[in-house]
Amino acid sequence: MNKKLESVLSKEPRRGLQYAVTIIILLILLLSASPALGGAQMTTKGFDIGKNILTGIFTPDTSLLFGLGDSGVMYLILQTIAIAFLGTLVGAIIAVPLSFISATNIVPKPVVLVTRFIIMAIRTIPSLVYGLMFIRVTGPGPFAGVMTLAIVSIGMISKLFIETIEDLDSGILESLDAFGSTLFQKIRYGVLPQLGPDFISILVYRFDMNLREATILGLVGAGGIGAPMIFALSAYHWHQVGAILIGLFVLVFVVEILSDKLRHKILHG
Amino acid sequence: MGWYDKLFEAESYTLGNGKTVSQKFTRLPLILFLFIIGIAISVWVTGFSLVTLFTNFAGFWKIFGSMFPPKLSYFMQVWRPLLMTIQMSFLGSFFGAVVALPFAILAANNVTSNRVVNLVVRFILTVVRTIPTLVSALIATYIFGLGTFAGTVAIFLFSFSFVGKQLFEYIETVDMGAYEALIATGASPARSFITTILPQILPTYLSTSLFAFEGNVRYAAILGYVGAGGIGMILNEKIGWREFQSVGMILLSIFVAVVIIETTSQKLRKHLS
Repeated sequence: MNKKLESVLSKEPRRGLQYAVTIIILLILLLSASPALGGAQMTTKGFDIGKNILTGIFTPDTSLLFGLGDSGVMYLILQTIAIAFLGTLVGAIIAVPLSFISATNIVPKPVVLVTRFIIMAIRTIPSLVYGLMFIRVTGPGPFAGVMTLAIVSIGMISKLFIETIEDLDSGILESLDAFGSTLFQKIRYGVLPQLGPDFISILVYRFDMNLREATILGLVGAGGIGAPMIFALSAYHWHQVGAILIGLFVLVFVVEILSDKLRHKILHG
Repeated sequence: MGWYDKLFEAESYTLGNGKTVSQKFTRLPLILFLFIIGIAISVWVTGFSLVTLFTNFAGFWKIFGSMFPPKLSYFMQVWRPLLMTIQMSFLGSFFGAVVALPFAILAANNVTSNRVVNLVVRFILTVVRTIPTLVSALIATYIFGLGTFAGTVAIFLFSFSFVGKQLFEYIETVDMGAYEALIATGASPARSFITTILPQILPTYLSTSLFAFEGNVRYAAILGYVGAGGIGMILNEKIGWREFQSVGMILLSIFVAVVIIETTSQKLRKHLS
């Protein structure tokens, strides 16, 4: 019995060299990246600020948190949701045609390479840069935020849309052809039911992400809950910071739970 | 949705064999109605206007056009902050992923059976995940001073919460049979975890960490905006001075770096799965 076990054990592949090489590569990378750790000037002032933020969160400015005016957290949350919602929608409208002309089962390979390169290029430019560019178009405010999120979302939405389109089951279309269906019927009964749930679930997911993204657009003056938070932070108004952070936390948390539920329902019925 | 089905009666069909089947009235009108209300409110709140967009869109292309051709000689000043950005995201992602592993183990209810510990750890992961990276970077600059360290901390927090959440959800789906068998033979929980569960989660763990790293490189590019080091500092500066050809060069460098890193990491991830 023991002999048998030992012979099985000795058959286990020896991975020592592989592990050693991996660890050495990792160590080299870590050492070469260590300059990034420089520049820390942790002072007692830093501790004080950390403590102040924590006290701010536990004693938030309630008039700001529950106020219903234009500067209250409630209105800012509504504005942030609106920016994320419209941004996702506009992004989707641009992404749908873009993904159809980037799917390998619809257009030839060279076209795919070009369109994918464009999508990749759109995706790399940081959102704040788009924000600054759109402010020149729309003026500062939530409208600029909507357009920024729309452009920023294109990358991910079309990447996931392309995957869905490439997974289309062409057998269904062939059998509809055999019935003698018209093009419209083929799209209505063959394509839409296959793409619809996936597309919607992707958009819900992206909405969830855009909501987080929308919270930072305020930095460049593109609306949302970010701007008042930055102002409060740089003015050291910790109680206001606390109120906004609590609003933000509740918003992101609730939307995440709802979007998970919704996506589960869409995909699994 | 019961009231809706009551309001609009289900349609019934009699099939050829005499059986009656019914189909609920379509929900499409209700969904469309809610959707349009959502759009209307959002348009009203954000001041969205297609007219402004179309009349002023030339401004967008004008700025975009002024980035071309990128000022190639400026690369000499770009590469150092770019490298710094990559270093920041590498260190942040690495330590984030390392710290995430024990937290994920504590959050998974099949390995750690203490409900209170599960909930507390999950709550920590959720709270950290909600704070936008830019805000945690800003707070980090207050605490640790301006510079790359603050950025590294922000990226660390994001990676930690992202990998932690993905990983604990994955741990909960693994096959527990081998683990229970080893526990039954008298092995310690730690030993059983390392030999049975770790090999199952390792590919997902590594690939999630790499995925977080990919995203972080792109994200770290804007952390400089709040003074947390890296390429965002010069990006912000050049946009402020309206030196758009230099901005073009910075964006081009980020693009090339991101493409190289994403291709390498995607290759690695494919190899893992």
